[in-house]
Amino acid sequence: MTQNGAYAIQLKNVDVFYGPKLAVSDVSLNIQTRRITAFIGPSGCGKSTVLRSINRMNDLIPGARVQGDVTFQGQNLYAPEVDPVEVRRRIGMVFQKPNPFPKSIYDNVAYGPRLLGVRSKAVLDEIVEKSLKGAYLWDEVRSDLKKSGLALSGGQQQRLCIARTIAVEPEVILMDEPCSALDPIATQAVEDLMKILVKQYTIVIVTHNMQQAQRVSDFTAFFSIRKQEETPGKENRWGVLGEFAETTELFSSPNSEETERYIRGEFG
Amino acid sequence: MQTQLEAGREISRVQSAVAARRAQATLFKRPRPGEDAIRVYLLLCGVLSIFTTLGIIFVLGEESLRFFTSGVTDAVEFLTSIKWQPQAGEFGILPLLESTLMTSFMAMLVAIPLGLGSAIYLAEYAPSGVRTAMKPILEVLAGIPTVVYGYFALTFMTPALRGIFGQDAVQIYNTAAAGIVMGIMILPTISSMAEDALSSVPRSLREASYGLGATRFETIVKVVLPAALSGILAAFIIGISRAVGETMIVALAAGAGSNWSFPPNFFVAAETMTGHIARISGGDLSYDSVDYNSLFAIGLMLFFITLGLNLLSQWVSKRFREVYQ
Repeated sequence: MTQNGAYAIQLKNVDVFYGPKLAVSDVSLNIQTRRITAFIGPSGCGKSTVLRSINRMNDLIPGARVQGDVTFQGQNLYAPEVDPVEVRRRIGMVFQKPNPFPKSIYDNVAYGPRLLGVRSKAVLDEIVEKSLKGAYLWDEVRSDLKKSGLALSGGQQQRLCIARTIAVEPEVILMDEPCSALDPIATQAVEDLMKILVKQYTIVIVTHNMQQAQRVSDFTAFFSIRKQEETPGKENRWGVLGEFAETTELFSSPNSEETERYIRGEFG
Repeated sequence: MQTQLEAGREISRVQSAVAARRAQATLFKRPRPGEDAIRVYLLLCGVLSIFTTLGIIFVLGEESLRFFTSGVTDAVEFLTSIKWQPQAGEFGILPLLESTLMTSFMAMLVAIPLGLGSAIYLAEYAPSGVRTAMKPILEVLAGIPTVVYGYFALTFMTPALRGIFGQDAVQIYNTAAAGIVMGIMILPTISSMAEDALSSVPRSLREASYGLGATRFETIVKVVLPAALSGILAAFIIGISRAVGETMIVALAAGAGSNWSFPPNFFVAAETMTGHIARISGGDLSYDSVDYNSLFAIGLMLFFITLGLNLLSQWVSKRFREVYQ
C-alpha cells in the first residue's frame, strides 16, 4: 500500500498561486492507481485548483503558478523538460459543464485520436465504437453518429465527453464536478460508468455532493479554507488539505471536528 | 427638543402626502405626455431612415430607367459591352466593373490574411497588456481619412511597386497600389470583427481541446476557427462590401479613364465604377444628358452588388453558425 508503484499520482507540498495570491497551500497526497479518489470541501477551498494542477490545466490561466512536486509515474510534471501537451494526453479531463465540440458525435470522439495522427477510417471507426461503448453511449447513438454532439441530452453529452476522453486512452481521468449540471438519472448513469471505468483507469473526481463521494469513491480528500486578516477588513483565504483517508473511514470517523461538521452539512 | 418636534412634523407631512396620493390613486389610465412624445420621436427617426433609403432607390431607378430608354444604349449592351466611352456613345459597364473587382480582389488579398492573422493573434496569443495596447492602434487605421490613403497609395505604394517590378511594368496610376492600400484601410474592420467572433467562442471548448492533448495551434485550427466561422466569413464579406464602395483611394491612385484588360493587368491605369462616378460628377455635366443618367445606372449596379453581398453575409452567418453552449 505504501509502495510507490501503487500510486498513479503523488502530490508533495503543492502550493498554487494565482498571480501574487495564494490559492492552495501545502497539499500532499497520494492517489492510488485504478481507484476513485474524491475531492470534497466547501466552495473556494481549492479542490478544483488542485485537480487542474494534476494535468497542468492551470497553465492556461495567465498568472497561475504551481510550486512543489506533482509526480506521475516517477516524473515530476512541473520539471522544465516536461511538455504539458503530452501530460494532458496521458491525464485526461472531464469538465463540470458538458462541453462537446459543435461537431458530429463521431468527430467529437475521433478528435483526440486524430490529434495523435490516426488517419485510417477503419481504425477511427473502431476507436469511436469502442469509446462510445466504454462510455455506455453506443446503443443510444449508433444509428446517428453524424448527428451533432450538441443535439444530445445533457447526460448523453457528458457521457460523450467521457467517450472523447477515453478515446485517447489516458491513464488517469480527472473529473471536475462531472454531474453538477446533470439531473439525477443522468448522474446515476455517469456514476455507474465511473465504477466500470475504474477497472482500467485511475479516477479523481471533484464533487460538491457528499453522497456522491460516498457512493463512488474509494478515497476521499477533504479540503478546507484557512483565513488570515492581513489588514483590518482585508482577509486572505486559501485552501488546505484538511483530511485524507479511505472514504468509509473519513465519513464514519472523521479525524477533525471541521471535517465532521462539513460532512454533517453544517457548512458548505 | 425643537428638532425632534420638527422631525415629527416632517414625518406627519410626508405621511399625509402619501395618504393624499393614495386617496387620488385609481386604477384608471393617466395621460403620460412625455412617454408619448418620445415614442413618436423614435418612430420618426426610424421612418426617416427608411424613407431616405426608399428615396435613394427611387432616384437611382428612375434615372437609370431614363438611361436605358434613351435609345443610345440598352440593358444588354450595358451589361455585356467591354467599351465605356460616353463621348462615343459606348456604355458597357464591364471595364468599370472589372476594375472594381480587381481593386477589391487586391484589397482582400491584403486584408484577409493580415486581418485574420492579427485577429487570431489578438484573441488567442496576445497577453492582455499587448492586446489593450494593440487594439486602439489598429483602430486608428480605421480613422484615417480615405483621401490620405489615396495619397499614400500614389506617393508611397506606387513608387514602391515601381521599385520592385520596374518603372516600365508599373504605370503611375494602377489598380495594384490602390487595391493594396484599400486592403490596409479595411484591415481593422476585418480584424476587429473576426476577433469578436473568435473571442466569443466559449472557453470551455478550448479547455476540452487542450484537455485532449491538443496544442494551441491545433485548438485554434480545429475548434476555435470552425466555431467562429460564420462571424469570420461575415467579416470578410463586409470587407469586400467596403472595398467595392470605396471611392477616394481609387479615384486618386487607380487612374482616370476606363480600361478593359484581359487577362487582368494590375499594373495599368483603370477606372472603377466609384472612381468614374466621382470624376464625372465633379465636372460640368448637363442635367438629363445620357452621360448624366449613365452615372445612376452605375450607382444602381453598385447598389445591387452591395445589397447582394449583405444578403450573402446574412445567409452565411445563418448557414455556418455552429450553435454552441
